[in-house]
Amino acid sequence: MQIARVIGTVVVTPKDSNLTGAKLLLIQPLTPSRAPVGKPLVAVDSVGAGVGEDVFFVRGKEASFPFHPVEMPVDAGIVGIVDSINC
Amino acid sequence: MLLGRVVGNVVATQKSPKFEGAKLLLVQPLTENDAPRGPVLLAVDGVGAGVNDTVLLVVEGRAAAQVLGRKLAPVDAAIVGIVDRVDVESDRPTQAR
Repeated sequence: MQIARVIGTVVVTPKDSNLTGAKLLLIQPLTPSRAPVGKPLVAVDSVGAGVGEDVFFVRGKEASFPFHPVEMPVDAGIVGIVDSINC
Repeated sequence: MLLGRVVGNVVATQKSPKFEGAKLLLVQPLTENDAPRGPVLLAVDGVGAGVNDTVLLVVEGRAAAQVLGRKLAPVDAAIVGIVDRVDVESDRPTQAR
């Protein structure tokens, strides 16, 4: 997983019906000191994250697991909201 | 797998239920001579590693879920061992011979 900040929302007209109702957020990966690293990407949310919040996301097929048995065509998913980072 | 150093941890109460009870550690992947290699990742801790430990990191979902021992866990990185020693026998090949 990686830490990221939610910097926006994305609305799509789903090509794939399994994407219907998906909450898509624009996220910017972060370093532990919360500096941006790498490029923003779009992730599906399953924990109720909002813009401005720091979260952590998973990449790959595992991103669809929170929606099982629906097979969402996604490769990045927010799976937790960060309370604190200690380092 | 990757070599890495634990640089901290993350606390998160609102998260996927599959992470319940799992320790989340921040790991800086390393090259064989301790140089940083790519961004810091967040991994599930399977061995009780602590900050500054050098660890063995698996970065693939199915293997990481095994560490959590839960099916369909939305995880893609886990610490599977604490590294005691790394011996680099020969220098890294630079050109094809």
